[in-house]
Amino acid sequence: MFLFLPAGNVMLGAFNGKHGGWTIANVRLLFNHPYIDSYKTSIEVSGVTALLGGAVGLAVAYAALHERTPRWVRSVLTTFSGVAANFGGIPLAFAFIATLGSIGIVTAFLRDQLGFNIYLHGFNLFSKTGVEIVYLYFQLPLMILVIAPAIDGLRREWREAASNLGASSWQFWRYVGLPVLMPSILGAIILLFGNAFAAYATAYGLTSGAVNLVPIQIGAYYSGNVLDNPHIAQAMAFGMFVVLALMMMIYIPLQRRAARWAK
Amino acid sequence: MRLRRGPTLSAYVWLTVAGIYFLLPLFATFLFSLNKNSTGKCCTVASYTWVIHNGDFWHTLKISLLLAVETIVVSLLLFVPTIYWVHLKLPRLRPVIAFLALIPFVVPPIIMVIGLLKVYKGSPDWFYAKPWGFLVASYVILAFPYTFFSLDAGFRSIDVHTLTEASQSLGASWGTTLFKVILPNIRAAALSAAFLTLAVVLGEFTIANLSAFHTFPLFLQYVNETQAYPAAALTLMSFGLTWGAMLSLLLVGRKRGGSGGVFGGAR
Amino acid sequence: MAYLELQNLHRDFGTVKALNGIDISLGEGEFLSLLGPSGCGKTTALRLVAGFDRPNRGSIVVDGKDVTNVAPSKRDMGMVFQAYSLFPNMTARQNVEFGLRIRGRDKADRGKRVGDLLELVGLGHAADRYPHQLSGGMQQRVALARALAIEPRVLLLDEPLSALDAKVRVQLREEIRRIQLELGITTLYVTHDQEEALAVSDHVAVMYGGVIEQMGAPAEMYTAPATPFVAEFIGTMNRLEATVTDGSQGDVEHAGMRLRVDAARGRRNGERVLVLIRPESLELEAATNGAAPNAFAGEVLTQTFLGPVTRLKVSGSGTNLIADMSTARAAALPVGARVIAKIPSEGAKLLSLPDDGPGLPVLDPDDQ
Repeated sequence: MFLFLPAGNVMLGAFNGKHGGWTIANVRLLFNHPYIDSYKTSIEVSGVTALLGGAVGLAVAYAALHERTPRWVRSVLTTFSGVAANFGGIPLAFAFIATLGSIGIVTAFLRDQLGFNIYLHGFNLFSKTGVEIVYLYFQLPLMILVIAPAIDGLRREWREAASNLGASSWQFWRYVGLPVLMPSILGAIILLFGNAFAAYATAYGLTSGAVNLVPIQIGAYYSGNVLDNPHIAQAMAFGMFVVLALMMMIYIPLQRRAARWAK
Repeated sequence: MRLRRGPTLSAYVWLTVAGIYFLLPLFATFLFSLNKNSTGKCCTVASYTWVIHNGDFWHTLKISLLLAVETIVVSLLLFVPTIYWVHLKLPRLRPVIAFLALIPFVVPPIIMVIGLLKVYKGSPDWFYAKPWGFLVASYVILAFPYTFFSLDAGFRSIDVHTLTEASQSLGASWGTTLFKVILPNIRAAALSAAFLTLAVVLGEFTIANLSAFHTFPLFLQYVNETQAYPAAALTLMSFGLTWGAMLSLLLVGRKRGGSGGVFGGAR
Repeated sequence: MAYLELQNLHRDFGTVKALNGIDISLGEGEFLSLLGPSGCGKTTALRLVAGFDRPNRGSIVVDGKDVTNVAPSKRDMGMVFQAYSLFPNMTARQNVEFGLRIRGRDKADRGKRVGDLLELVGLGHAADRYPHQLSGGMQQRVALARALAIEPRVLLLDEPLSALDAKVRVQLREEIRRIQLELGITTLYVTHDQEEALAVSDHVAVMYGGVIEQMGAPAEMYTAPATPFVAEFIGTMNRLEATVTDGSQGDVEHAGMRLRVDAARGRRNGERVLVLIRPESLELEAATNGAAPNAFAGEVLTQTFLGPVTRLKVSGSGTNLIADMSTARAAALPVGARVIAKIPSEGAKLLSLPDDGPGLPVLDPDDQ
């Protein structure tokens, strides 16, 4: 199949030595700088955008699906999310450069109208933080798309019963809403994590490789810079698989619990 | 009586925040696109006219749209019967497939391409030459998460067993049941799967690039590298185009009435 | 002094008048059923009382205080929904406990009260099960316990038994009534099942098209319906369109036949009326010797076995009548037998028909 053969091939390649034969030297190498740093950065960026995207995405999705919000809001948001979730790479990077870059409109606005120069205060779009802000642009929509069906499953009767019994909005969420949604939310966050971890084009487009992320490193090898030992790149890819596989293993039992509440 | 039936306050807040976050960069791009090539400042629509008059623009757009259509058709042909069958006869398989559906999300396209290229080096020429074949297959896989979850939601919202049994008791064959009974009822879900796939294809860059096919996103990239202002115009146009296509599909689906799918909602 | 009052409630949805002026006065500890077909506004009214919706006009008063603008979480009312209202992530015990937890009662307090309530509804043994492990009937019992836990001022029930099996329904409605009487809680109950409403209520209000057609004690509603709709809706009723021929004697004419109906005395001659006769009031006999006074001649069309009683449909002179008689006696009048149906002159009720009014509301055409 299209998925497993190539993947398998890469995984095996990770264990091939420079001059043929099997070795785990490549994988061992991963634990050194600069490789381990790229993993750390990647995990951090992915984690931050997953959690932030998850929380905000949940709030926005709930706001759009609320029964008192007009129907069209939901349609617009969902279609927009469909496009935005796939909006990446250079165009996205570009759009943000035009917004928050040194000559971006928001930067200019803050500087000229409010006298607040964000760059002087240490902000830089081409940093880890910048990447996180940009990644949110497709993380948020993905969360919205994934969590919407789960929110639909929240029966209106539960909300009303809770209210009838004296619960405030916050109490409803704390005792009923969030617990019921939690498996879906956690599953979605893991998905977002994986999505961010694997993203390449956007980070590259933004920083041209300045920020040390795992996919960027892999890309560096393949663009012909350091073809010293291609198996290292494969080892890195293997490392990615391991991280992602771990995520998957957490995901499955969560899904099962989510299905239980749905009944 | 004093009755305010509008959205709640927190709904307003969140939606506004989201709106600003999403629309600002687009707006910035828009402003940028209005800059004149000569002065680097406002204001002209020259960039837009340049795009519209550019032959490559239409050419690659057509190719990408064609690719999208093919991907959608193949996806639906493949997955609708499969998911129908799973829901009907093999419900235990569903979580497994759901799991599989998540993998394309997290496997970096880079890995896929490198591996793919290596593995399929020896395939027949027709497979490679035109964008169809290789690219469509890759896109079907890439879009699988979206197609699966949309279709799955649709199937879950109808009573598959009852409909099938009713249809068969009236004498319909499997084919008739599938096309005349099931399909119309998951129309909304199929549509949402279609336009999510559309978005995927029109946004996919890595695979096409690394396999040297001339798709629309590649054209976008090329312009980005050569001319800044038209690139901004182009970006905006492609975003708008994709969004517009999705909205119109949605309206078409809405008019014919449908239920379920990602956009349905249980109210 | 009324404990719960609904004053001139109006609720419009766009151009649709879901509630068009409802007035209800309920004393403390009383049980009122809102009865009517789908779309009559009964659930709308209940939701207004609960606070999930605000009326366009009118007010709701509980124990002398106007609660129309009070949020639902502050109204101190317990509501039992039709289905699916138990929190799926909590056990039965935790569900019942919920309202008390919100109010900050301490654990010992809560435990005792919850335990008592679960015993009251007969679910002590299933307290630690999750909703998806409970049958429909059990779930509704938990819902009831949960609503009662907070010692509400008013108990509201929205068709709580509609989703349950017939036998469970009968059982549960009696339990609800028993508990309600024991605790003395003012109760508002919505249902479309007239048998249910008649069986458990102190008062019944029949609704149709957003207004109350008639309100009164169950027996009153049954024997003296005030409008054609109520007559149709409650129980089975024979209805004959007739014209008054002699108001002083109480004679009316229907399909060429002269009948004496006491209720017609004092009516204007020529007035169009509706004669209402309950199936159990019709006396059927084999037609041995020709015509009898105040009776129809006809033939038995169908017999429907209902257990202790058999329902016979009799057809004659273009009129169909329904008569209920004990199964034993019905055996003597098989399908096709010629019978006479005696109309009791005191037993029949009369309603005015507007001269050019619309036809009678048709509810279950094959029920009559």
